[in-house]
Amino acid sequence: MTAQAVTVGDEIRRPTAIVRRLRRVSPALVLAWLAVAVVVAWALVPWLFSAADPTIGVSGQRLQAPSIQHLFGTDQLGRDVLDRVIYGSRFSLVGALVAVGVGLVAGTALGVLAGTLSRAVDDVIMRIVDVLLAIPSLLLSLSIITLLGFGTVNVSIAVGITSIAMFARLTRSQVVKVRHTDYVEAAVGSGGHFLGVLWRHVLPNSMGPVVALSALQFGSAILQIATLGFLGFGAPPPTPEWGLMVSEGRNYIATSWWLTTLPGAIVVVVVLSTHRVSRSLGREKRG
Amino acid sequence: MGYLLKRAGQGAIVLWAAFTVAFILLQALPGDAIMNRFLNPDLGLTSEQISQLRQSYGVGAPLWQQYFHSAWAFLTGDLGNSLEDGTPVRLLIEGALPSTAVLAAFGLLFAILLALAVAFLSALAPFAWLRNLLQSLPSLFIAVPVFWLGIMLIQILSFKLRLVSIINPGPVEGLVLPVATLAIPLSAPLAQVLVRSIDETLLSPFITVAAAKGASRVRLLVHEVARNAVLPAVTVAGLLFGELIGSAIVTETVYGRVGLGRITEAAVKAQDAPVVEAVVLISAIVFVVVNLIVDLLYPLLDARLRTRAAAI
Repeated sequence: MTAQAVTVGDEIRRPTAIVRRLRRVSPALVLAWLAVAVVVAWALVPWLFSAADPTIGVSGQRLQAPSIQHLFGTDQLGRDVLDRVIYGSRFSLVGALVAVGVGLVAGTALGVLAGTLSRAVDDVIMRIVDVLLAIPSLLLSLSIITLLGFGTVNVSIAVGITSIAMFARLTRSQVVKVRHTDYVEAAVGSGGHFLGVLWRHVLPNSMGPVVALSALQFGSAILQIATLGFLGFGAPPPTPEWGLMVSEGRNYIATSWWLTTLPGAIVVVVVLSTHRVSRSLGREKRG
Repeated sequence: MGYLLKRAGQGAIVLWAAFTVAFILLQALPGDAIMNRFLNPDLGLTSEQISQLRQSYGVGAPLWQQYFHSAWAFLTGDLGNSLEDGTPVRLLIEGALPSTAVLAAFGLLFAILLALAVAFLSALAPFAWLRNLLQSLPSLFIAVPVFWLGIMLIQILSFKLRLVSIINPGPVEGLVLPVATLAIPLSAPLAQVLVRSIDETLLSPFITVAAAKGASRVRLLVHEVARNAVLPAVTVAGLLFGELIGSAIVTETVYGRVGLGRITEAAVKAQDAPVVEAVVLISAIVFVVVNLIVDLLYPLLDARLRTRAAAI
């Protein structure tokens, strides 16, 4: 009976291992990594990919449709849209990094506190988290922007704050799970200092899913930052921010489709790719 | 009953905390919002007039007094005045709410229909490639920015194909594109949950029994799977309410519709904190109430939970 159960278990396990290996080289995932790599390269060394200054236009080349010369066309001031997208990637990526950093640090700290300290602290922190979750994230970031003022950095911070609740919840549940494992009890029992045990045993073992969430949040942050840029709360106009570009292109929607379509399509590709990559990270962590 | 009270109590605590946070944030923004507005030398106000103004906004009173004052005012439906032109915030919101509510309701309805269609069609799909295609739609939908989707729909359906007019449309025609803009990204998480729970339900023993009795795949899905698979989706639908309000705001700005979105956008631009906070608080209330209703619906939808809920 038991022998049979083992073979059945093995039969199930073997194909999934192969499938997992196949998934790792799935073309979609390779493309996703490629897209992420390209955008990161754009953000790091934009001048390698475009010669022109993205804020200065050529007056003779206004509103030209996409061509070999200008792959994404040109805008109302004769600026190359692809150049602007390339230079704009820095705002989106750095913004998303700041946002994820804010959410990760504050959320993890709150989650660890809630998971390790007294019941009362836990209750207070989790109620605050409930409040943060009850406010639609766009409205939460808008009210933070009302307080902080406009600008790229403030937008990133606001987006980061909207993700604190999710990080706090996840970290807390992980910490609570890890805290009652034998090795943590053993570390405490053998005279480990509270903070020492927290730092050396609890944190490293609770961070796996948190890392996967960070990767996922990175894509969402790009989306939210673009949305706030579109609404006009991010960087001011000559900045080639993706959301702002779509917003500016709206005035030429009837004649110049590329001004709105292409920068937005880049946002879709980047977000899709980061989501795909983060899902594969999460799977490996769990597997 | 006790369960109901407990959930309602938790909801009330969350709302009270939300109000307190909003109050503190308004304080953080300071009376200086008023100072900024009226200290402008062009207005030619004397310092006496300014201190009168500050008095009328209730800036002088001690903090705790202000707190109870505004809590009471909020409970009785007085949401304060806009800093921009002194209009009561309540009037602003009452004027804008119906249009946003209609948009959000239809958006949610069509998101649910779309999610059901994607999930059930993918479960019925006769070919693997079709199934994969349908199941990959949600991850695409989730990555699409709402504002961009709105513009794409205008560009393709309105300008290229001339199917829907966005210039002086009728009341129904004017809703088509905004509702689609709202519904498509919103359907994604719903569809993902549905797909997953349909897959899980299909593996349960009672499905095998029903299949062994000769039930067709369609019959299985409609009669056996649907009831069970819909449960997690209801929870997600409740949690998506925040997303719904956020997307409605963006959609309204894209289509230039009157509504909460436009008010909020204008208020943020003018740093008109009372208006922003009021919108935030109202959406928090809606979110908490909707999720309370979802919690209460759960035992009605799932007989297995009835005894457990009664026990709590």
